[in-house]
Amino acid sequence: MRRRRMIAGAGAALFGAPAVAAESTRIPAELPDGTREVVHFVNPSDKRRMLCLTDRPPNYATPVNVFTDAVTPNDRFYVRYHLTGVPMSVYDMDGWSLSITGDAVERPVQMRLSDLLDMPSNEVLAVCQSAGNRRGFVDPHVAGVQWTDGGMGCAVWRGPALRDVLKAAKVKPEALEVWLGGADKPAVEGTPLFRRSIPMEKALDGDTIVAIAMNNAPLPVWNGYPARLVVPGWVGTYWMKHLTRIEVTSIPLTNYWMETAYRVPAGMFPVERPFVSQATETTVPVTELVVNSLIADPLEGGEVDRSGFNIRGVAWDRGSGINRVEISLDGGHSWQDALLDRPLAPYAYRRFILATGAMRPGTYRLMCRATSRTGERQAERLKINPGGYHDNVPRAISVVAA
Amino acid sequence: MLAVFGGVVGCGAMAADAPVPLRPGAGGEAARANCNVCHTSDYIVMNSRFLTADAWRAEVTKMREAFGARIDEATAGAIIAYLAANYSVAGKP
Repeated sequence: MRRRRMIAGAGAALFGAPAVAAESTRIPAELPDGTREVVHFVNPSDKRRMLCLTDRPPNYATPVNVFTDAVTPNDRFYVRYHLTGVPMSVYDMDGWSLSITGDAVERPVQMRLSDLLDMPSNEVLAVCQSAGNRRGFVDPHVAGVQWTDGGMGCAVWRGPALRDVLKAAKVKPEALEVWLGGADKPAVEGTPLFRRSIPMEKALDGDTIVAIAMNNAPLPVWNGYPARLVVPGWVGTYWMKHLTRIEVTSIPLTNYWMETAYRVPAGMFPVERPFVSQATETTVPVTELVVNSLIADPLEGGEVDRSGFNIRGVAWDRGSGINRVEISLDGGHSWQDALLDRPLAPYAYRRFILATGAMRPGTYRLMCRATSRTGERQAERLKINPGGYHDNVPRAISVVAA
Repeated sequence: MLAVFGGVVGCGAMAADAPVPLRPGAGGEAARANCNVCHTSDYIVMNSRFLTADAWRAEVTKMREAFGARIDEATAGAIIAYLAANYSVAGKP
């Protein structure tokens, strides 16, 4: 009855229905032909049935049927790395510690896991979504890992607030950014370490936490064991895994990952709180998530009952909340409102459902589109950018009613 | 296993499946040998066929200049020619 506790009130019977969605078996047709040659379903280390995009470094997408649930199980949660020197088991993290240094702290400190365990902890239910989620679907295709729509997940993250962790090092008033580093390592010396930064304003937000638990369990090794930063509302690239190194600084971080990668044209994607210290006149870092939604049931190519079936899925955004989800059965010509589950948390998935009623036999093109509480609706046309980020154009999936 | 007994955080080279075989052709061995140092050569197949010859040149240049791949000029040229011949689309005139 775990689910009943979370999903209460009107519609509980609908959303709590024990219907189990079929497992995805298809490789999406919109992926590039070459991508379709290499991706395959596998059971990677402490996960089950994921879509392997690359295994070195490990990049695994969550199958779309998993998103019938508002919380993504740890063993189905997506994996994304840039560098091949990754921990292969929790034993590789023996001796783990977190250092907090930098020119904007008074007292550098080193923390062990037990220090984090001793601190008061926060719990945040939040979506972690790769900036490049759905890159494999953007048209025209752009270079990079060709993600499906499974480069994301929503989990209950628990751990001390970053601001409480930083307090131990006594942050100076001139602090501008928090630089982050993890334990993953490049294969050759010349490759820049994967390091990212966040502005102080986001670092001091009480929802930004150093997570040492995920869905009430230790983090799976490839989701950042033993501790990862959780930056709700921001894309996954800031959610540093195996967080080992924090520097609080009065100057912006300059490296390949900040200055060249993970950037979008200035003004293309408006945000609530700009990352000012990393902005230039022409480009800004990709930060806040855009409003988006996904149909998890039925699946592309599935056969549905013409006497009526339920369309289920999730919608999410940067944390303002989801106000409306509309469904189209005819490829976007007409739309009707789906029923929304109660909101679980600002940064969480919000589930939706629509009962179609009886239909004529034939092929239907199903789409969903979400609108946030601040009035943003999914884009009608792709905002083309070199990294293939922020694709939130409603995507049609075909089903056959028989 | 060293990391377990060493008491320090360790992230070694990882075991992985064999990549999808690259298409046979001039420069193919140079591409296989060099690209697989840092990542599976499945990245090549995955990113086909939609990059132009120029886009492949930019990728190889990025690997050398931004990621520190130790590939000399002649080898880089051979890899670019191989990728252009086997995994690219025609560029716009």
